[in-house]
Amino acid sequence: MTTNHSSPPDGTHKPRLVVIGNGMAGIRAVEELLDRAPGLYQISVFGAEPRVNYNRIMLSPLLSGEKTFDQIVINDRDWYTANGITLHAGDAVETIDRQRQVVITKSGLECPYDRLLIATGSMPIVIPIPGARLPGVVTFRDVDDVDAMLIASAKGGHAVVIGGGLLGLEAAVGLKARGMDVTVLHLAGHLMERQLDASAGHLLAKELERRGLTVLTGADTAAILGDSHVTGVALKDGTELPADLVVMAVGIRPDTRLAAAAGLEVGRGIMVDDHMVTSDPAIMAVGECVQHRGSCYGLVQPLFDMAKVLADHLAGRKGAGYAGSVTSTKLKVTGVDVFSAGDFSGGPGTEDIVFRDAGRGIYKRIVLEEGRVKGAVLYGDTGDGGWYFQLLKAGEDVSPLRDTLIFGQGFAPSEGGAANPTAAVAALPDTAEICGCNGVCKGTIVKAINEKGLTTLDAVKACTKASASCGSCTGLVEGLLTHTLGGDYQAAGVKPMCKCTDHDHDSVRRLIRVQGLKSIPDVMQALEWKTPDGCHSCRPALNYYLLASWPGEYVDHAASRFVNERVHANIQKDGTYSVVPRMWGGLTNANELRAIADVVEKFDIPTVKVTGGQRIDLLGIKKDDLPAVWADLNAAGMVSGHAYGKSLRTVKTCVGSDWCRFGTQKSLEVGVNLERMTWGSWTPHKFKMAVSGCPRNCAEATIKDFGVIATDGGFDLLVGGNGGIKLRGTDLLVKVTTEEEVQEYCAAFMQLYREEAHYLERTAPWIERVGLDFVKARVVDDAENRRALHDRFLASQRHAQVDPWAERAPGTAAAARDFRTLATVE
Amino acid sequence: MHRPLDWKDIGQLCDIPVQGARRVEHPAGRIAVFRTIDDQVFALRDECPHKKGPLSEGIVHGHAVTCPLHNWVIDLATGEATGPDEGCTGHIPVRVEGERVLLGLAG
Ligand SMILES: Cc1cc2nc3c(=O)[nH]c(=O)nc-3n(C[C@H](O)[C@H](O)[C@H](O)COP(=O)(O)OP(=O)(O)OC[C@H]3O[C@@H](n4cnc5c(N)ncnc54)[C@H](O)[C@@H]3O)c2cc1C
Ligand code: HEM
Ligand code: SF4
Ligand code: SF4
Ligand code: FES
Repeated sequence: MTTNHSSPPDGTHKPRLVVIGNGMAGIRAVEELLDRAPGLYQISVFGAEPRVNYNRIMLSPLLSGEKTFDQIVINDRDWYTANGITLHAGDAVETIDRQRQVVITKSGLECPYDRLLIATGSMPIVIPIPGARLPGVVTFRDVDDVDAMLIASAKGGHAVVIGGGLLGLEAAVGLKARGMDVTVLHLAGHLMERQLDASAGHLLAKELERRGLTVLTGADTAAILGDSHVTGVALKDGTELPADLVVMAVGIRPDTRLAAAAGLEVGRGIMVDDHMVTSDPAIMAVGECVQHRGSCYGLVQPLFDMAKVLADHLAGRKGAGYAGSVTSTKLKVTGVDVFSAGDFSGGPGTEDIVFRDAGRGIYKRIVLEEGRVKGAVLYGDTGDGGWYFQLLKAGEDVSPLRDTLIFGQGFAPSEGGAANPTAAVAALPDTAEICGCNGVCKGTIVKAINEKGLTTLDAVKACTKASASCGSCTGLVEGLLTHTLGGDYQAAGVKPMCKCTDHDHDSVRRLIRVQGLKSIPDVMQALEWKTPDGCHSCRPALNYYLLASWPGEYVDHAASRFVNERVHANIQKDGTYSVVPRMWGGLTNANELRAIADVVEKFDIPTVKVTGGQRIDLLGIKKDDLPAVWADLNAAGMVSGHAYGKSLRTVKTCVGSDWCRFGTQKSLEVGVNLERMTWGSWTPHKFKMAVSGCPRNCAEATIKDFGVIATDGGFDLLVGGNGGIKLRGTDLLVKVTTEEEVQEYCAAFMQLYREEAHYLERTAPWIERVGLDFVKARVVDDAENRRALHDRFLASQRHAQVDPWAERAPGTAAAARDFRTLATVE
Repeated sequence: MHRPLDWKDIGQLCDIPVQGARRVEHPAGRIAVFRTIDDQVFALRDECPHKKGPLSEGIVHGHAVTCPLHNWVIDLATGEATGPDEGCTGHIPVRVEGERVLLGLAG
């Protein structure tokens, strides 16, 4: 094709530059061109929107009411006139005729060009679900969309925003500010998953919920409901939400329609080279509509870089060209500081530095690879975002800064200086608040250390109250001790739960209750966990502590449970499972035995064994068969025996006075009733009981967590026994006379153990650690406390006594997802 | 000789629980497909390098899984045991395209 694009401007006939798209990138390119070579071209701009060029980024504050349209205009009419630019606002270009070098608009206008710039931006993606085109469904891209939202919000009601990314959240917050009830539906597991990691996404969701928005993650929209106007939204899981307005903000797609129709080379975006030139040398493209070296961008900073390169090219300057951009993101919601840059997905060879300051609601994560910053996520304090972004783009080795990097630029070592965390504390001013709970500042602590000769954390706590409440500033106080005393300070020997935290089990348990922490991510943030999502040792512990602290309220987290508790069966060495139905007190009957026999035959179960816990173990069952096996056992009235759980296992009994010639009490009945009361309860470690009908003790009650030995006068209650590797006989807790007392003491003792012991601590080592007197003081001597413990136990049992087998019956979604093979491939 | 990978569609991302795994049957042995908290997907042979424990049943944390049988911690990206333990299980390339999850299997 021949063009006159290379003919030099001769002054008499200026070359004509036509710009399609009156948006951010197109007009920025024009501005850059005017800077370099004013008057070089005769410029015409076509915009589909009937208005001047404005700052699209500011649509969010326009929606929330923080800005007016006039305040977000970038160039008014006078600017176009002053620069001799003809603006055709509201007249979209419909065709590019490359043969004749003209563009043809919707109104029929033909405009010839020597150079053409395509800057059509992108289109919001509309997911193809039923109802997607109903009135009341809008996207969030231009002023018209904002107007539509404002009209809808004036009537109040419910808004549902589909998409919890940058745009969706800004729309949601804006609509909330306009008085609507807002629900955000997000498909991924956490908000803004492309910009934030799970921890930051979780904090963000909490903050939005605090502001009155509802956030549903993992929510897959099935349809938009309504006949003549939207009335609601249906999710794939069957949930239906009312809606008067639906905002679809699920992503954008480069608008390549004109370019493709004109036969230009198009991929995801319009293909351009490093000088923003398309496959036709007379036609350039810039902005979100382009694809450069395989990338499309959706933020202004790269578009502005492109605009400069393009202006160089149009002005006839030889520049280096565009080499692509590394981008960073900030969410524009007043009072919510979120920043992310680069690649923070982690992976092999990368290293995470995580910092959490619960008091101030801060989370920071820097990802390093080979000593270089590879990505950063900041929540709550984004002041150093720019600095990290600089380090990232520079790609320099930051190893010398490693130790203080996470504290920010303020703590970076000066030239030749050494970096260490103590120095970071040292650098804080005396007025810096160290302990947020008690309002103790650095000066007070240092003074106390010096003047009162304090040398330990406990002494500082006692003297100043610093770190005496929530304890989250312990690290800082220890830093101050080290800084003030130098080598004389030895950190006290608390044994952290695991390498993910500095807290020990006791302080985690206490803080969960005191601070009202109700989910694993909450605990990890509030207690400043050092890993993104914990490990196999802290997660099950936290799950238990939360379950025990907030019965009925806390939702069990299956992914934080050991496999046996997740699938309600015991994994065997070959990956098959064993199933143990409950036999109350070891008592069974023909009906149960027949059902077991049928199951054994039907599923070809290789081994059937009587356990030491007085029940029957079915071994070697394939995972896929588990739900069906349970269903058959359920049908015969049997429930899970929890032989797999850190929970009540069995209550062994002997036949007692019902049959035995030595029997003094109805041990069978007492045992069955104990099991009926306690089954289903979760405990720090497994919990076993036994009831013997006389001191001959055939049920071996003296090696159980809670044992009962009947006597002529009543019952001896025994605690803290253990068979196993380290044999321990029980201690006598108390002698009682009635079965009601047996029940009350049993529940109270179990509850004390549930509330006090460390996860994975059996009653035997627990009692050795805290002392039998500790237990007696609470369960025996203090009757009121005993009843309170007993009542708390029963209250929690109301939520715990659900047969997990019945919940996962075959055919339920849970059964399919948790047990079935995902796929078979050749 | 290297044959190009054959990309097999095994299902949707949302079929795999976050911080969890699903199993895929393959003639050469079972494969465990993991989804981490940051929504990345990894695939390993479903056999612990220690005593062949089913890794698909382990607790997933960070980019690692803990074997349910004796608590070895296996790196999801490489299949290698971490810490003091030594051993490696095969890892399989994974691609996520939109909602679909694909395994790259030897053709
Ligand atoms: C609500 C919102 C908030 C945002 N916040 C941020 C942020 O915080 N930070 C950030 O970096 N980015 C943000 N962005 C993205 C940023 O606004 C875009 O990256 C930028 O506007 C893209 O510039 P562009 O010129 O490529 O496209 P646009 O600005 O969309 O301009 C394209 C223009 O071309 C017009 N057009 C299309 N086809 C035709 C045609 N055939 N004829 C004539 N005209 C046509 C369109 O009407 C439009 O006006 C936000 C976007 C939105 C919608
Ligand atoms: C770390 C130590 C232990 C391990 C790893 C362990 C392992 C197991 C396993 C895997 C089972 C279930 C078998 C199945 O049904 O699949 C089991 C059952 C059993 N174990 Fe242990 N065990 C331990 C300690 C103990 C101790 C200390 C005792 C007794 C003093 C004990 C007594 C029993 C009994 C009685 C059963 C049958 C359980 C029932 O009927 O519910 N175990 N054990
Ligand atoms: S413990 Fe006593 S009552 Fe029970 S079976 Fe043995 S001898 Fe009989
Ligand atoms: S005694 Fe040892 S081998 Fe036997 S079931 Fe218990 S843990 Fe397994
Ligand atoms: S088989 Fe995995 S740790 Fe032993």
